Amino acid sequence: MSGVVMFFMQIINGLNIGSIYALIALGYTMVYGIAKLINFAHGDIIMVGAYLSLVLLNTGMHWSIATLLSILGCALLGFTMEKVAYKPLRKASRISLLITAIGMSYLLQNSFQLIFSANPKPYPAFINLPSLKLGSITISSNYYTTFIVSVLLMILLTLFVKKTKMGKAMRSVAEDEGAARLMGINVDHTISLTFIIGTGLAAVAGILYSNCYTIISPTMGSLPGIKAFIAAVLGGIGSIPGAVLGGFILGMIETLVKAYISSQLADTIVFLILILMLVFKPAGILGKNVREKV
Amino acid sequence: MLKVENLVVRYGMIEAIKNISFTVNDGEICTLIGANGAGKTTTMHTISGLIKPVSGKILLDDVDITKVPSHKIVSMGLAQVPERRRVFAQETIEENLELGAFTRRDKDGIQEDLRKVYDRFPRLEERKKQLAGTLSGGEQQMLAMGRALMARPKILLMDEPSMGLSPLLVKEIFRIIEEINKQGTTVLLVEQNAKMALAIAHRAYVLETGMITLEGTGEELAKDPRVQSAYLGG
Repeated sequence: MSGVVMFFMQIINGLNIGSIYALIALGYTMVYGIAKLINFAHGDIIMVGAYLSLVLLNTGMHWSIATLLSILGCALLGFTMEKVAYKPLRKASRISLLITAIGMSYLLQNSFQLIFSANPKPYPAFINLPSLKLGSITISSNYYTTFIVSVLLMILLTLFVKKTKMGKAMRSVAEDEGAARLMGINVDHTISLTFIIGTGLAAVAGILYSNCYTIISPTMGSLPGIKAFIAAVLGGIGSIPGAVLGGFILGMIETLVKAYISSQLADTIVFLILILMLVFKPAGILGKNVREKV
Repeated sequence: MLKVENLVVRYGMIEAIKNISFTVNDGEICTLIGANGAGKTTTMHTISGLIKPVSGKILLDDVDITKVPSHKIVSMGLAQVPERRRVFAQETIEENLELGAFTRRDKDGIQEDLRKVYDRFPRLEERKKQLAGTLSGGEQQMLAMGRALMARPKILLMDEPSMGLSPLLVKEIFRIIEEINKQGTTVLLVEQNAKMALAIAHRAYVLETGMITLEGTGEELAKDPRVQSAYLGG
């Protein structure tokens, strides 16, 4: 394989994993923007989505219905999680919320270990479209499907937030919750909707991820979850385009480091980026340094 | 129009509002004057439902709104221009105004009111695609007023509209408040700038450390020696 072809393949790998990170990072960033909460259980939603779809696929259900139900299941979980675990703490200190989120993450991982055992399970990948041939490069359908689905969802989400009334409500709650209330916006509904959308996207990410790696386990969500969190911080937490940009940059860096420097160092470098970012530009690439005129 | 009865509000152990009662009549400008920390903003937030009182009642057109969530109060005809304006800095002026009409569904009515706001504040129309954060303090005050008017309220609550503005702008803002009132909107105005507030108010109350200590017409209070020495620098 020539160097150029190899490089091109790595770029495709990077776009693939980057789009998964971006999908997960969107949930992190939206929830942070609105509820000022880092939902550390967000990564585990990927795992829940993967297991839900595994169980449903094993019943012989068509993949489209299984996928749809898994997304709905995760959205319901996200909705419930907010109502049960986070809403009662809305006026509590940030640290209580953070600890609760970590607790939620362990709760999900451990209950799934209890139900499905800690052993990894094979996942029946269902994306079987013809591969794409570009000269001497073959791109398998998992790769381009992941990319296309993610980009499509990001565009839809952006349009939703920019153009619809509920999207405008989300933006205004993110900027000033009290003022949003004075506009007659139902803040509770807006927060619920944010959790529903975020966890729904994470479910899609989980299913796409499982189709690529075909093995799932109860802790599969934690590392991509943390990396998506880094992606969100890198792009500027709270910013939707930031999450997308951060996701792709992180996926690309990780893949290129794995290919050209050392696969053992890849995670180290990813975490190093987080540290450097927090030291030198804590607001992130597209983060806003909110300044108000008084 | 608006009746507050025996209202008590606490922040933890601190009693910010200690049993106050007042009335805003249909069609008038009523003002609450008082120094920093008297409880003016707390009162406003409680009426709008941002804070829930410990006891007491708030009646809007004889309907008890004490336990009504804030997002429903707006559609019942009560809008507020909050202290420090709190415009959405990251949104354009037009988007801010549209957010003011969030609870409404009558598209034609919204367009009509948008027109009225732009006629009242031509500066806002010139800059409608600009982010609200780029406006000057006075322009932001106008935007916050326009935004509240977009809800087509029966009663408009205004919290310290003069804050941080030059005397000339304060005059202009108060002229507009009078104009809005003459066109049929009841106004409850909270101010530290007692002189200006009493000059336009039909009736007024003095709020001191969470209690109402004086009440009367704007004129009466402006002449009251206690008000003069405490609030009018004389």
